[in-house]
Amino acid sequence: MPSTRDWINNPLGVVEGMFAASQSDPNSGWEAKAVEFFKDHLKEKDAPTSVPSLNDVPLHYLKPNSLVKFRCLIQDMFDPEFYMGVYETVDPATKAKVLRCGKYKDVTECGVDFNSRNTVTAERQTFYCVPIPGENPWVKESYAGSSQARVVPSTSYAPTRQKRSYEEDDEMDDMDTQPQKQREPHPGPQSPTEQHGNGDCKRQETEAPSSQTASTSHLDLNFPLPGEKGPSCLVKVYENWDNFKLNDTLEVYGILSVSPALSALADEKDASSSIMDPTESMETAEEQRVHCPPASLVPRLHMLHARPVSHNNPLLPSATLEDNSAFLSSTLSEMASVRAELLTYFTHILLGDALAAEYLILHLISNVYSRRDVLPLGKFTLNLSGCPTASYTERLYQIIQQLVPSSYYLGMSLQNMNQMRLVPKKDYVANRLASGVLQLARHTSLFLDEIQLEQGQLDTTGVRNVTALGNLITWQKVDYDFNYHQMEFPCNINVLIVSEGRSLLPSDCQIHLQSQVTPANMEEYLSSIHMHTQTSSQLNKFRIYLSVARLLDYNISDEMTKSVEDDFVDMRKDDPQSVSAEDLHRMLVVARLLSLSLGQTSLSRDSWLRAKHIDMLRRSRMEQHKCVNGNEP
Amino acid sequence: MSSPTSTPGGCKRGRNTNPATPSSEGPTSPPSQRRRGQDSSTGDLMPMPTSPATDILSPAAPQDTSLFSSPRPSVQPNEVDMSSPLMYGTPMRGTPARQRPDLGSVRKAPQVDLHSEPPSTDGAVASESNAGQRLVIWGTDVNVATCKEKFQRFLQRFIDPTSNEDENAGLDLNEPLYMQKLEEISVVGDPVLSVNCLHVQSFDAELYRQLVCYPQEVIPTFDMAVNELFFERFPDSILEFQIQVRPYNALKTRNMRSLNPEDIDQLITISGMVIRTSQLIPEMQEAFFQCQVCAYSTRVEVDRGRIAEPAVCRHCNTTHSLALVHNRSVFSDKQMVKIQESPEDMPAGQTPHTTIVYAHNDLVDKVQPGDRINITGIYRAVPMRVSPIQSNVKSVYKTHIDAIHFRKTDEKRLHGVDDDADQKLFTEDRVQTLKELAAKPDVYERLSSALAPSIYEHEDIKKGILLQLFGGSRKDFTQTGRGNFRAEVNILLCGDPGTSKSQLLQYVFNLVPRGQYTSGKGSSAVGLTAYVMKDPETRQLVLQTGALVLSDNGICCIDEFDKMSDSTRSVLHEVMEQQTLSIAKAGIICQLNARTAVLAAANPIESQWNPKKTTIENIQLPHTLLSRFDLIFLMLDPQDEAYDRRLAHHLVSLYYQSEEQMEEEFLDMAVLRDYIAYARTYINPRLSEEASQALIEAYVDMRKIGSGRGMVSAYPRQLESLIRLAEAHAKVRFSEKVETIDVEEAKRLHREALKQSATDPRTGFVDIAILTTGMSATARKRKEEAAQALKKLIQAKGKTPAMKYHQLLDDLRGQSETAITKELFDEALRALADEDYLTVTGKTVRLLA
Repeated sequence: MPSTRDWINNPLGVVEGMFAASQSDPNSGWEAKAVEFFKDHLKEKDAPTSVPSLNDVPLHYLKPNSLVKFRCLIQDMFDPEFYMGVYETVDPATKAKVLRCGKYKDVTECGVDFNSRNTVTAERQTFYCVPIPGENPWVKESYAGSSQARVVPSTSYAPTRQKRSYEEDDEMDDMDTQPQKQREPHPGPQSPTEQHGNGDCKRQETEAPSSQTASTSHLDLNFPLPGEKGPSCLVKVYENWDNFKLNDTLEVYGILSVSPALSALADEKDASSSIMDPTESMETAEEQRVHCPPASLVPRLHMLHARPVSHNNPLLPSATLEDNSAFLSSTLSEMASVRAELLTYFTHILLGDALAAEYLILHLISNVYSRRDVLPLGKFTLNLSGCPTASYTERLYQIIQQLVPSSYYLGMSLQNMNQMRLVPKKDYVANRLASGVLQLARHTSLFLDEIQLEQGQLDTTGVRNVTALGNLITWQKVDYDFNYHQMEFPCNINVLIVSEGRSLLPSDCQIHLQSQVTPANMEEYLSSIHMHTQTSSQLNKFRIYLSVARLLDYNISDEMTKSVEDDFVDMRKDDPQSVSAEDLHRMLVVARLLSLSLGQTSLSRDSWLRAKHIDMLRRSRMEQHKCVNGNEP
Repeated sequence: MSSPTSTPGGCKRGRNTNPATPSSEGPTSPPSQRRRGQDSSTGDLMPMPTSPATDILSPAAPQDTSLFSSPRPSVQPNEVDMSSPLMYGTPMRGTPARQRPDLGSVRKAPQVDLHSEPPSTDGAVASESNAGQRLVIWGTDVNVATCKEKFQRFLQRFIDPTSNEDENAGLDLNEPLYMQKLEEISVVGDPVLSVNCLHVQSFDAELYRQLVCYPQEVIPTFDMAVNELFFERFPDSILEFQIQVRPYNALKTRNMRSLNPEDIDQLITISGMVIRTSQLIPEMQEAFFQCQVCAYSTRVEVDRGRIAEPAVCRHCNTTHSLALVHNRSVFSDKQMVKIQESPEDMPAGQTPHTTIVYAHNDLVDKVQPGDRINITGIYRAVPMRVSPIQSNVKSVYKTHIDAIHFRKTDEKRLHGVDDDADQKLFTEDRVQTLKELAAKPDVYERLSSALAPSIYEHEDIKKGILLQLFGGSRKDFTQTGRGNFRAEVNILLCGDPGTSKSQLLQYVFNLVPRGQYTSGKGSSAVGLTAYVMKDPETRQLVLQTGALVLSDNGICCIDEFDKMSDSTRSVLHEVMEQQTLSIAKAGIICQLNARTAVLAAANPIESQWNPKKTTIENIQLPHTLLSRFDLIFLMLDPQDEAYDRRLAHHLVSLYYQSEEQMEEEFLDMAVLRDYIAYARTYINPRLSEEASQALIEAYVDMRKIGSGRGMVSAYPRQLESLIRLAEAHAKVRFSEKVETIDVEEAKRLHREALKQSATDPRTGFVDIAILTTGMSATARKRKEEAAQALKKLIQAKGKTPAMKYHQLLDDLRGQSETAITKELFDEALRALADEDYLTVTGKTVRLLA
């Protein structure tokens, strides 16, 4: 299908064609038409998958000035820039003047006539985008597998590279001590397009350039999480940039620009006389490096269309659930059964504690669905206390990692708390927002391992980090540090705290793990958890289940409202001290999550009673531990 | 002309007065895309080929045109400069003109007699027959002579009787303002005249439009005009250089976000915060060359950022013999300043933008990082080049602002009293909606229910906080020696844990623009006040301000007030009454303003409120501090069924109502914020006659309540609180007058708060003494009675010099009708000991004398 290839391989040709056609008619609104054109093409079936993605195709495989897509998070927003929207070039030989379009390009053609009256100055905005932080390997692989874009290695690609990339890949793996090292034993059931021939080797090469970046580059690509890989990108936005917010996740469709001329700028700066041009001498070297990094490392992407990513689970259709009723109804009908399976699975993992397993499911599908002034609604931070050993929590994380699209493991060791930069901070020298661990996309699971915390002193950074975590949990917001002031960014992160006793951080709900396993058998049991891998089809079922449950709508009927109110009043009547407004808040959230976990979109009497019941079980368990623990205030 | 910096804006230009251009205008280019500079490059199409107007335009970009060494138009620069109408470099009795790099001009101009009309067609295009008067500067509709005349008229006539700017302090408001300023210049010798653009606009809108659209041409004209006027009036004054006009406060004030290509080369005023300043950059203005052979020297001016080195010595005709002598060249100062959007102007969820500003000459080092400033300047854009060798250009312009005027917005917070500097600008529509809202009879209830809708009930507390947000009127008694009266309302919330106190605090902190949130547990005295630190770069000592100073004119929310250490709390004494902060450390002694309202939350000491104890006993705060709170509220869990039901309903609806339903019910947070900001800046209610009477009555009543039982139930501090609350309530109504209803509500609220916090648990009466002395008057009375009874008992016992403690207690208990606790007994003993009647040693009581 040559036409398809054309708009993917040479989108600038399309744009220029429209521009040229518009010259006779000044009011044609060609710019809107061009954007419409691409949007329409992307709506076609399979169209999105045939566009190569920067996430899984190495940059040197992609054709410059072709249409690519990029699944990313807006990490920083730079200042808007003015560029030549339309300009005129003069051929030095013939003196012929040609009008050209400067949109979607970084560099102009030769022989610009700066005095031309036809020059139009226009404005665009630059975003610094990074791949979604904490995206788990299974998501990446699945996305890469479903891509239909055939990537042809460019001729300039030296085959010797491949060899090196293998070695480096291995090295990286060895160095990587993070638990995410554990990969799926086999790629899993992916769409039939996987049989592409070069599927396997493609994936390895995906990582080649990034590992090079990590080892050779002096450039800090500013990923929120340490040890992240992948390309980052400067995305140029041409319209409605006010609609985008920091930390939004997008799928950007745009024109890739890797003009070497861009990198030339930085190098020649020092050589050429900077004295002559005071405007350029005044930018610091750091700022230059950040705002104009070499295009080979940080490509430019001129946005044609961006689709907000509501979830990054490759197993779900990318469209919203409402638009895909067939998928929705088929999953909904299965939900109860999948939930039962998942509950068994979690019970097994949580040392036979079914109640804790129930709460873990509720936690994993929680979501801040709304905010009432400062109060975030729907958050459900779980504190899983009574975890046996450190190795157990790491295993637990590995299992969660297999189930959720993005997650991050933060060991709360003293050293980590005192040294890590959790909160993003504005670096005024380089004029950018230096990222921190808490700059995460929504729905990311943050796993806080408090077992790693030992006695000792927290220094200033440590205290600030703990406060930031506390704020994140209570208000679901992070105060970014802008040196002269702080700025609040709302977030939507699922925080799971595992600890021995009650956590020092606040949480919405604490549950003490009651192990059904005798300590003697613990070792053996733990290793058996590790061995017990689910079949991948079952894993996929779980993955779909967790993502869908989180995206469902929910409401409470008037009738139920009434009965909940009555219940609350009754409970207060019996024992006013034990039930407070806070408890009602929590029970309402539990009831909501419980209904959703069963695929019910409205609260039923049964769910409410069940919510009350499990909350009571949990509280009675806490009562028992109160005396044992002594950690209570 | 090849300057790309002088860009668009052509659409607004009065083209019809200028017949020269339309001929060369392509039909396809909308006027807005036309750039002024390019017109001159096609100068051969002009009726006046040797138009010297090029030179008026050439100043546009002295430093950046170096990039484009395109041949200049066929005009010889030297001839041109001679006759430019803007070359006003006439030495006014020996006063040299100073270059204005801020306008981008290189203006070491050949001298020209300004009074003899320049050759009539030069620099201007004659339109129609009437030459002299219809001359305009090329590319604009500015006629130099008219413009000059208008401005002189403005200077001579402009009077602003209502002015309340601090710059005009000490000037006679009924005399022409700027003439007085000129007089000041002649005395002080600082040749800078700052002109408020709003004044120009109110005087002559057309002149203002020209100023904003063509600052590069109009400001030199203004300079010219003002110098003529000045030296005419003060012929004997000696200035360092000629007066320069610095316009500020251009109405096109915008925030950084709204700058767009239309603004290039126009006069703009934006606000922001300085985040970085560069080192001083010397920029060469004039190069000095000396011949190595014959020592002949010559000077070359910078022409568009370039210096043309003379190839041949004019004296001895040796080629390439001239060498640059740096220390005899002329440089001007330049500094790069980076400013960032102030946090208030930013939409949520976005990062702040930054802009580069160039400061020239005396504006260098005027601002420091961290300053909040308003900058008036000219917006510029310069294209970037990828490499000097290749000719393709990065299709991006670099933008910056050439600063003409800096105005610090936070300066006055340190010195002055009025705070109109951070006035928020409201659009007409907005003001209209706000006024409509204010006209509603139930506006007070509406606003208070809009406050923190997610928190259930506590209506009176919300009302109290609402009044705190508005604050009272500021009164100044410095003349009579009492200093400022506090206008801010302080509120303390105490109560059981988990009654959403923190949530209320968070809400308030999010609502007010200058709010600070601290927790008593984590903050030290230093963090609240100010500390001195050494700047790592400059090794200077810098005063860093803490939460209380930062929330000047705002609200400081302090959570866990009871957990604060005593030393920390002690700094609050000064802040909460005098509204200042005195610092004496590390060689810095100063008093900072901290006119902040304090909203504090405290938990009872026993984690659960004990209704049998007084407020003081429950929260263990010193009463000296408590009496500084205007309102002290208890947030208790009421524990009754009806309340529970309403609470449950509220919470459940929180979870199931959709966003839209909620919005219908409550006011938007933004409206509330604007409403408060508007009332705070524009409404300053004063007490009416009836209101004062009502206040007096209220106060007398309050004192009467207690006097019947021999206690004082009100102190002047309570009267002041009442006044403040009444004023705040008047502000809520947008009323300039405090009326009786305001006093009524203030009384009611005050009583409510007292009822909650100052009720003596023993008697059930409201007793202000609990808050002011830490002990209720009844308790004191009982103590005295016990002491008297004890004395009688001892006297009755006759001549026993020593008694057993327990014996005495039992005797007293047996005798007294009321219950005597051990504490009471101890206090009675202590009271008698104070009278030197007896002493207590261990378990024996001895009589003295």
